[in-house]
Amino acid sequence: MSAILEFSFREIAPQRQAVLERLGIPGGIEPPGHIGELYLAATELLAESAVPQGVLTEVAVEEFAVIFEGEGHNARRSPVGDIYPCADHLALFAATLGEATSRAIAHGFETRDFALASMLDAAASETADALAEQTERRYESMLRERGWQQQDGGVLRYSPGYCGWDVSGQRRLFARLDPGRIGITLNESALMQPLKSVSGVIIAAPREAHEFAPTFDFCAACETFECRERLRALRAR
Amino acid sequence: MDDRLTALADAVIAGRYAEAAELTRTVIDAGVAPKMILDDGLIAGMNVVGERFGAHEIFLPDVLLAAKAMYAGMDLLQPLLEARGIASRGKIVLGTVRGDLHDIGKNLVGIMLRGAGFEVIDLGHDVAPERMVEVARDEGAIIIGMSALLTTTMPVMREVVDRLREARLDADVKTLVGGAPVTEEFANQIGADAYAYDAANAVEVVKRLSDTR
Repeated sequence: MSAILEFSFREIAPQRQAVLERLGIPGGIEPPGHIGELYLAATELLAESAVPQGVLTEVAVEEFAVIFEGEGHNARRSPVGDIYPCADHLALFAATLGEATSRAIAHGFETRDFALASMLDAAASETADALAEQTERRYESMLRERGWQQQDGGVLRYSPGYCGWDVSGQRRLFARLDPGRIGITLNESALMQPLKSVSGVIIAAPREAHEFAPTFDFCAACETFECRERLRALRAR
Repeated sequence: MDDRLTALADAVIAGRYAEAAELTRTVIDAGVAPKMILDDGLIAGMNVVGERFGAHEIFLPDVLLAAKAMYAGMDLLQPLLEARGIASRGKIVLGTVRGDLHDIGKNLVGIMLRGAGFEVIDLGHDVAPERMVEVARDEGAIIIGMSALLTTTMPVMREVVDRLREARLDADVKTLVGGAPVTEEFANQIGADAYAYDAANAVEVVKRLSDTR
């Protein structure tokens, strides 16, 4: 199965508080009116510029093993390396907000509208995360429609560049997935263009297969602890 | 203190960029020395903004609005400073390291450093270590500031530090590291000269590093 996915902006619109937190404004504090106005202006720009699209391609576990190995730079052990052999289904994915949003952010910095550009950047990052989440949900729906009946099944995405999966893994992922179909390309450092793009693998597996303790070597240097939030959300589904 | 310069500083603090430009033009036309306009007007305003931000009295967008006002004045002042041979507080090379594209934090550091009177050479994101060192050498920079958001790209910072040492530039060019996963301990491990936990702190650290040269 391979599919191009279209999304409406409404499906992935950012949460105001999450965007403000990216700019260091903590929850529970209502910022002054002019910051609220900046937020509205940024989300309006984002809604105008974003063309959210995604692409999915299912692969077999054996095929993913080769893709995951990449150029041999992964951590010796990693969550994805432990989880994917247990997968019932796997899909490579990439999704993007499109080039126009990146251009709008760059234009803001070039014209010294730093505050608006930063707010737009934060909103776009939040929206790109929501887009990845929606891509994951779409794949889960497809699986359920096809009869994936795993009672305690869990569907989660993982991306190169995080948690021991080296960013160079993008090259094999892209070679198999061909996200050029929706305008995403890789540069020499294996970074995606447009900037507000996400990619990785979505793994459908027994829920317990996704569980791991953050005790890998690279966890010591991590301060985001996003894995814990993601696992909590998975358990709550 | 000249009231007009106080008003200019106030315009910067409030982020009133059109007013900041107008007041800068007024004091230039009145014959006030460009260095005084810079120090007692524009930088004085940004210093207050930095202090308030550091004390959590204002938010990041307020700092960025003030920076826009500061730049509006600097556009008028810069040619005069250059014509008089008045140097900046020093050149700083900034970049997000190779393999990393997260540059919003680095952009903020650049904006605030310019506001503090430094000349910033922003190399953008995904910058190779050799490029950082070459530009620092060719431009006579005093500091290389590096940012990384991914744990997988943090080791590139060590490459920059090592390359500076190999090129025997480490006495002249100091290194500053920052970014979400970066810590002071990591900075020490790789032999960086300093670590900053946010943009306001980066300005303080750069001032300290430049003063101790």
